[in-house]
Amino acid sequence: MRGEVIRRARGGIAALVLVGLVVAPWVVDDYTTSILARTLALALVGVSVALLTGVAGMPTLGQTAPYAAGAYACAVVGSRVSDVGVVQLVVAAAAGALLAALTVPLVVHARGVIVLMITLAIGELVVIVLGRWRSVTGGTDGLAGIPAVRPFWGFPALASDQARYLYALVVVATLIGVVLVLLRTRAGLVLRAGRDDETRLRASGHRVAVHLSGAHIAAGAIAGAAGSLLVVAQQYISPADFGFDTSALLLLGVVIGGTASVGGALVGAALVIAVRDWLFGVLPGHAPLVLGALFVATVYLLPTGVNRARGRLRPRDAPAHEPVAHDQATVAEAHR
Amino acid sequence: MTGLLEAREVSVRYGSLAALDGVDLCIHDGQRHALIGPNGAGKTTLLNVIGGSARPQRGTVRFDGRDVGRLGPAARARRGINRIHQRPAVFPTLTATENVVVAALPRVIPRRRWWPGGRRRAAQHLAGPLLDQMGLTAVAAVPAGHLAHGQRRQLEIAMALAGRPRLLLLDEPAAGLSAIEVGRLVELLQALPRAVAVLLVEHRLDLVYALSDTVTVLRDGQTLAAGTPDEIRTSPLVRQAYADGVA
Ligand SMILES: Nc1ncnc2c1ncn2[C@@H]1O[C@H](COP(=O)(O)OP(=O)(O)OP(=O)(O)O)[C@@H](O)[C@H]1O
Ligand SMILES: [Mg+2]
Repeated sequence: MRGEVIRRARGGIAALVLVGLVVAPWVVDDYTTSILARTLALALVGVSVALLTGVAGMPTLGQTAPYAAGAYACAVVGSRVSDVGVVQLVVAAAAGALLAALTVPLVVHARGVIVLMITLAIGELVVIVLGRWRSVTGGTDGLAGIPAVRPFWGFPALASDQARYLYALVVVATLIGVVLVLLRTRAGLVLRAGRDDETRLRASGHRVAVHLSGAHIAAGAIAGAAGSLLVVAQQYISPADFGFDTSALLLLGVVIGGTASVGGALVGAALVIAVRDWLFGVLPGHAPLVLGALFVATVYLLPTGVNRARGRLRPRDAPAHEPVAHDQATVAEAHR
Repeated sequence: MTGLLEAREVSVRYGSLAALDGVDLCIHDGQRHALIGPNGAGKTTLLNVIGGSARPQRGTVRFDGRDVGRLGPAARARRGINRIHQRPAVFPTLTATENVVVAALPRVIPRRRWWPGGRRRAAQHLAGPLLDQMGLTAVAAVPAGHLAHGQRRQLEIAMALAGRPRLLLLDEPAAGLSAIEVGRLVELLQALPRAVAVLLVEHRLDLVYALSDTVTVLRDGQTLAAGTPDEIRTSPLVRQAYADGVA
């Protein structure tokens, strides 16, 4: 009964937000529209963070890595091969998935705060590579002048900020829809079960590492697709778009939004990004300090990830948390 | 004739403590075997070794004629070893039904394998009757974390059965259950298909005698006695051991 009311209210709010997002470019100026388009891309990365942190129980600071891989793949393809949006999206998602697949062995056997550290290192490594590999990435200058995207063969190039924003909105809404549907399937169920109790999942015969690898690669593909939207929105990218601050902000947003729900994660990510953009204006120069404080708060607040780590440190059936001494009296009595 | 499960010379040490010290155990298809002994005797440790969540320093475990010593708990579960834990382990944010569905997934084979959702639907068909048998139908849609202790234990039993076990490892299934729930549990275990072998760890000897064909008594990691319930009931050694334990 109450659940039904809450579900309806949530559906209503989601519909309202969607309508607001559709009309937004006619309400605000072009500059804000392009910022909004970039925020949409980040929100999609936020979805991938929520998928890993909230649903699968693997808190991550490294989703900027597949995000960057997707963005650079899209930029290279967009400048040299094809200006068709679907092509760029598929290439970017594949690049993100590939990078995630390569890092699977590093990630899926670790848990909790250790995953945070490993994924953070991966993200930083990718930024360094982007800065050094000048022939492809343009080094720290980045890649500029990427031609405007055409959504599909035969479509005109999207010349205005409004058009590019709407393109990003359609892609983000579609992909979020796909994620929500997938989460209702067997895959989503098993991931949530693993987050709850990995040992129990194993005892039922599930290959937990395989599930986690799948989630990691899928999240990489989503972040990669988001990278292609960043390229569409900015027509310019540089390693600065994929720094540690972005990862920390997204994780913070997801944690604030309630790790277990994709909708909450979206709200949280949007909120945190808005606050950041506002803070950069109000407190010039102090942003790193604020971000540092936010990061400490993130790790501290992180509920699922830390729980999972704790659960792993204490094997079930270890004597330390055996309920209470068993009633030996019953045994003796039955014996008499 | 070889057994379904053969554990030989199993030893597990935790530091200087020998939790298990050269224990042998053999269980045939469909055999109902009980494992009793005072607290700390090594009963749970032996279940862990059989289920794959603990590695013995010495000894072998064979299941269905194959050495499973190197397999983890998941691989052993897929071969047919399912268990319930001494502390009920369920997925707290999943509903009771979803818990059983997840447990059933690795072993159900849908009629149309390639059909999307087929496996899940097949698991769902299994969940209803199992929850019904455990008396959990009324709470089927309740998150397992909100269930009472006894209900969680019953849910874990339903989950273990959903894995279509050939060997069911039960670590004190009656602990924390009400008299009614214990009655239902005994009925359920007695009604299990005869092909399912059971290894039951239980402190309540009335249940042990009601449910098992054979009994092993462990103490300080060693086999103190083994035999039929009647032999165990009258064994002076066992009486002595329990008298010491209580004193
Ligand atoms: N992970 C562990 N680390 C250290 N010691 C352990 C561990 N697991 C078990 N032990 C010790 O091994 C011995 C056997 O423990 P086990 O849990 O197998 O006993 P049990 O027969 O199941 O007892 P109970 O009736 O209390 O459940 C105990 O002394 C216990 O303290
Ligand atoms: Mg025990």
